[in-house]
Amino acid sequence: MQPILTAQDRENLVSPLFKFDRQFWMTIAVLSVITLPGLALYVRQLFLGLGVTDLNRPVFWGAYLVNFIFLIGISMAGTVISAVLHLLHIEWRRPITRIAESLTVFGLMTAGLQIIMDMGRPDRLLNTLIYGRLQAPLMWDIASLTLYLLTASFALYLQLLPDIAFMRDSTPDNAPTWRKKLYSTLSLGWRGNKEQWARLEKAITAVSVILIPIGVSLHTVTSWLFSTTVQPGWKSTILGPYFVVGAIYSGIGLLFIAVTFATQYNHHLKGYITDTFYKNLGWIFIVMSFVWFYFTLNETLVVTTEQETLEFPVMAAKLFGEFAPAFWGMNVLMVATTWILIALKLPNKARSNPLFKTTTGLVMTALAVVTFIALALNIPALHASLVKTVLLGAFIVFFILALLGLTGWFQAHLIPSTVIASAFVLFGMWLERWNILMPTLTHARIIPYTTYFPTVTEVALTISTFGILTLIFVVFYKFFPSISIWEVEAGRALEQKNGG
Amino acid sequence: MANWCMVIDLEKCVACQACSVACRMENNTPVVSPEEAKNGRAIRWNDVFPLPVHIAPEQGEYPNVKTHYATRPCMHCENAPCVKTCPVQATYIDEEGIVRQNYDRCIGCRFCTVSCPYGVRYFNWYAPQWEGTLENHLNPDELSVNGSLEGPAVRPVGVVEKCTYCVHRLVKARERAAAEGREFRADEYVPACVQTCTGKARYFGDLDDPDSTVSQLSKSLRATHLLEDSGAHPKTLYLAEG
Repeated sequence: MQPILTAQDRENLVSPLFKFDRQFWMTIAVLSVITLPGLALYVRQLFLGLGVTDLNRPVFWGAYLVNFIFLIGISMAGTVISAVLHLLHIEWRRPITRIAESLTVFGLMTAGLQIIMDMGRPDRLLNTLIYGRLQAPLMWDIASLTLYLLTASFALYLQLLPDIAFMRDSTPDNAPTWRKKLYSTLSLGWRGNKEQWARLEKAITAVSVILIPIGVSLHTVTSWLFSTTVQPGWKSTILGPYFVVGAIYSGIGLLFIAVTFATQYNHHLKGYITDTFYKNLGWIFIVMSFVWFYFTLNETLVVTTEQETLEFPVMAAKLFGEFAPAFWGMNVLMVATTWILIALKLPNKARSNPLFKTTTGLVMTALAVVTFIALALNIPALHASLVKTVLLGAFIVFFILALLGLTGWFQAHLIPSTVIASAFVLFGMWLERWNILMPTLTHARIIPYTTYFPTVTEVALTISTFGILTLIFVVFYKFFPSISIWEVEAGRALEQKNGG
Repeated sequence: MANWCMVIDLEKCVACQACSVACRMENNTPVVSPEEAKNGRAIRWNDVFPLPVHIAPEQGEYPNVKTHYATRPCMHCENAPCVKTCPVQATYIDEEGIVRQNYDRCIGCRFCTVSCPYGVRYFNWYAPQWEGTLENHLNPDELSVNGSLEGPAVRPVGVVEKCTYCVHRLVKARERAAAEGREFRADEYVPACVQTCTGKARYFGDLDDPDSTVSQLSKSLRATHLLEDSGAHPKTLYLAEG
């Protein structure tokens, strides 16, 4: 029987962690350049106050809160992938559990930052511990977030443990002493004997079981921040499950992007993370996309049909008003995503019809984008209802033709198509959170309707947040292997056993 | 214990905004620039605004045009959404039914401002400032409870502030009565807006005292609340026009 982990594996997975090459420093430099302006503007906000944002009365919450919900959402990836798939004994999860679990931890860390950015008095953060009222929804959120972060970090550490020991044993001789010390301390004397493995397996299963309800609770409680108030548009019982579904949806999107980023960064990983992963998780992605549409339809249809005096103006702002570009943009992105994902599952036939040519698809995409922008800009010259109807019809035709035309390209490019679909979902889900918060806040009951548009500070801090998220990701995976070595080993052992 | 309540007679109100000005001077609410005010940053604990809010306020055809106005202090709700959502109990209902704000504890999360259906809670986006000599005419009163600022002294940047029914006046009235060695009477305490009201459209007193003006007026057929259906059980009463 051949050894399960070869010298080649060692070369592929361990050596890059000790090479601080140009690529690494360039990545760090680019990310720092992206992150720094936001940090500088945050210091300015600290000194001047939240007046540097475009927040006002009644729009007391803005981009920071949208980012908060979004980041909470993408952190769902880890829970679903590692915990659910682990409990279901699904084998293809093995190489990507590490990235999935770490995304949960990093997502939650950056989500916590949003709360601090949004606070008028960040210096009084400890008041939440000293005077915290457990009856307040915000305290549930803080408690849930803390618990989730701790549990997810613990799960990540447990899952890392055998790999840290592996790193300790395969550290090159020329590696700095502090790194050797780091691995030997963190490995907690892991020797990999039978008893230790049995205990680890038990612990990982237990944590997986605990992690699922905690994850669901955080997303639900975050929705309760809104649905426990009496504001029109938020008073909805569907918001809890809607947030959970949206979280899983965007979480999978981020996971696809992160995994692809990691394999692009270290080409050797492509041998471990294969097309199977993209294909199988793609099925879950399709299911989530339909569930998401189902919830969106419920939420939209009911309020639109009943035309209640307080709720309907908020919905009308989304359907036809100033939030229409964001609302319909979100739906268009999600429809495109769903089609891309379905196209990847359809039989790939050679098509001679010019409708199915990539060039046709690209031209139609361009036309669809132009018509959408024309509709979104709401130019007074185009206000005549006939012009609007024609534009709308043209957009729908262009959009369908664009999707059909590009189908062949999608089918020929599994990974790029999945990444495009994931990016659409991430952007669409950010817009969804925007569409939940902003129409309600700008349409207060007895305050004149207002507008809100993020200022430079808010935009820069949003960019910084995603810069920080990527920085943590890159630095973390310079110290720890980005795929779970022992899980790959276990998977191979299982294959050998089943094969032999 | 008293249950303090304000009654505003919209039939008598001439929308002169004297209450707004009196409130500003009494409670040291900061002044913002016209641009900031246009962007919804003005702090007016006692706002005068046209009703209905979301459509053109003028009703009828020229020359038979009518505009309705209402004034809006805090409703001091009995089931206050702001109190329920505050994570640190920086806002609370005291035993005399006044919704109060602890400026030294508020963390500025603005959950209360979002959950208030009436929009009567205001946030200090910048450090407060006054134009010209206005700064020399601030109300020197300061109310501290257990060392925490709750009264009209200037609030710091980043906290939420609101109408307190001028609760520092209640404290002062009680102290005066005690110093003079006599019982405190409910009519010794009125908020600045009630004291100044040009048309005598505002009444103030103890809602639990069956003989008080406010409790008599609360039985009027014209007595109503703003957004009666909000579930917050607002206390500030309005006497409807007509």
